[in-house]
Amino acid sequence: MITLYVPRDTTAVSLGADDVAIALARAAEAKGIDTHIVRNGSRGLFWLEPLVEVETDQGRIAYGPVMPEDVPALLDAGLLEGAAGHPLHLGLTEDIPYLKNQQRLTFARAGITDPVSIGDYRAHGGFKGLDLALTKTRQEIVDEVKASGLRGRGGAAFPAGIKWQTVLDANPRSDDNESANSRYSGQKFIVCNADEGDSGTFADRLVMEADPYMLIEGMAIAGLAVGAETGYIYLRSEYPLAQVILNDAIARAEAAGYLGDNILSSGKVFHLEVRLGAGAYICGEETSLLDSLEGKRGQVRVKPPLPALKGAFGQPTVVNNVLTLAAVPFIMAEGGQAYADYGMGRSRGTLPFQLTGNLERGGVVELAFGITLRELLYDYGGGSASGRPIRAVQVGGPLGAYMPESQWDTPLDYEAFADIGAVVGHGGIVAFDDTVDMLEQARFAMEFCAVESCGKCTPCRIGSTRGVEVIDRIRLNENRDANLTLLHDLCDTLEYGSLCAMGGMTPNPVRSALHYFPDDFARTTASPTTEER
Amino acid sequence: MPQATPPDILARVKAIVADLTHKPGALLPILHEVRDTLGHIPENAVPVIAEGLQITRAEVHGVISFYHDFNTQPIGNHRLQICRAEACQARGSRELEHYARERLGIDYHQTTGDGEFTLEPVYCLGNCATGPSVRIGNRIHGRVSAERFDAILDQALTVPIDLEPLTEGDA
Repeated sequence: MITLYVPRDTTAVSLGADDVAIALARAAEAKGIDTHIVRNGSRGLFWLEPLVEVETDQGRIAYGPVMPEDVPALLDAGLLEGAAGHPLHLGLTEDIPYLKNQQRLTFARAGITDPVSIGDYRAHGGFKGLDLALTKTRQEIVDEVKASGLRGRGGAAFPAGIKWQTVLDANPRSDDNESANSRYSGQKFIVCNADEGDSGTFADRLVMEADPYMLIEGMAIAGLAVGAETGYIYLRSEYPLAQVILNDAIARAEAAGYLGDNILSSGKVFHLEVRLGAGAYICGEETSLLDSLEGKRGQVRVKPPLPALKGAFGQPTVVNNVLTLAAVPFIMAEGGQAYADYGMGRSRGTLPFQLTGNLERGGVVELAFGITLRELLYDYGGGSASGRPIRAVQVGGPLGAYMPESQWDTPLDYEAFADIGAVVGHGGIVAFDDTVDMLEQARFAMEFCAVESCGKCTPCRIGSTRGVEVIDRIRLNENRDANLTLLHDLCDTLEYGSLCAMGGMTPNPVRSALHYFPDDFARTTASPTTEER
Repeated sequence: MPQATPPDILARVKAIVADLTHKPGALLPILHEVRDTLGHIPENAVPVIAEGLQITRAEVHGVISFYHDFNTQPIGNHRLQICRAEACQARGSRELEHYARERLGIDYHQTTGDGEFTLEPVYCLGNCATGPSVRIGNRIHGRVSAERFDAILDQALTVPIDLEPLTEGDA
């Protein structure tokens, strides 16, 4: 019996992995060879997908990127024995430098295991953290997370341990005579923010598709820590495959006793449910997400009260990003200090950087904080895919600044980036080559804000539409200086007059484009270059 | 003027509401289920949902109109989404959008005359290392060139084959 691995992950499947799996099964059957095809998660080396691996005595040998039509030639060249000779042969997967040089804590199992196999998960160290957590007091669990220095990976980088402590200490009884719904009195909630809407990010998706039990385990530990018996994963509807895999994994975890009314016979309770978003970017903002979860329009709430005190259904709630919760099993199993040993300054642990856009080698690179953008773009990313010079890099999603080459040596660390007016955010890195028109990118930032604003704050709701118009006038050379001044004013109004990061940070890409790429705003056209939607 | 909704459709909406109303924050799960079942959320479903959840019709309408996913009119046989976000722009999605509009002869939020395709923008499919990306139904395609785009349309119009992924039983 020969074991083959063909990833079942959105990117691999988007490039034909299902067809490759079918082609391999048929070709092996035609040759009368007994094979066992595991649909593993992706290793995150997306430029090599679909990446086929074969189990050998030396370890797993990789071939990629494999197209269905490559399969006959690959089999003739000895793929089933792991033979070299075919141009797609990559050698031992573990020795591919892109993978070998990473510091994988969160993605240690990604692509190695069958994502929905509990046996695989346990065999690779899974549920060790939950086993340990069941022997500890609530306070001991929270203290371990505090010791790790883990900060929220969604973008705001708030210390996770402090948030958990607040929820642990909160009183969930609605005896303060407010309008709190008695139906939920006494309950606390764990809410996983899986509304990964930032362009250039897919680390959450990869966790959910490649290693869903890690997230499930992290949420169960969070439940034990703060005394919550119900958890929700608020998943964006743009991730259909993650939904299927998560639901499958949750059902299996319940059947095996890792979730439910009596976790591993401890008497502890934790139920988990996936809730689907409905295509609103703003629901990645935690208070919008909570309103959406409650069945309302996803509008931003005024803070205070903090969601930790009055979150889902008015009850104390931990809202954490997928990567934050996914880091918890390692912290419990290995100790907070083991996690804190990675990183720099106040940015402890690792961050999965996501190399995207116009890069030769896109994928997930998990490393301790402190690497520079230049190292990521060239040593890992291999420069642009188009072969043209890289000109601008947007870090931290659509609300992050566009960074010119002069800033690429800044170490990736929350504070170092904040010092130059940029954000690390969720670790998404989008590279553009020199064909990019930065005025168009600034215009898109405003347009995106207009489409996705929840409408609560006037500067965000209306200012974004005005921003598009002002940028169009600049391109048309109408009252250029006055319109440039107006654009700066508008950015100030958005920044200071909005409740959340949507309006508050939309000026980041606009101002950075204006400041670092002024030539693109000096060019004019006789007519608009971008069609109105 | 709202079209008359056949009674069996309203009965299906009622059944969905009855099935899901016990869930905390049941409105979004109900709206998803109605849309998945009927292809859209008909206007006449609104009072049924409102009554089932004991909220106002205005509240239901407000939620439906807030989210991009909840279309109130029927769409084509295939919902075709093109990612417009930055990572795909860096790989040529602006050109792809242009090509798609020309090829289909429609703009965003419109349906082709033969009722096959409804074109929509989407802001990120999480496939950012291998853009431009397109979603059709629940399938996502990466590195979509003009040729691949044509192939996706062709595939959608031919007899559908169920490519159930080869999955592993639990160990």
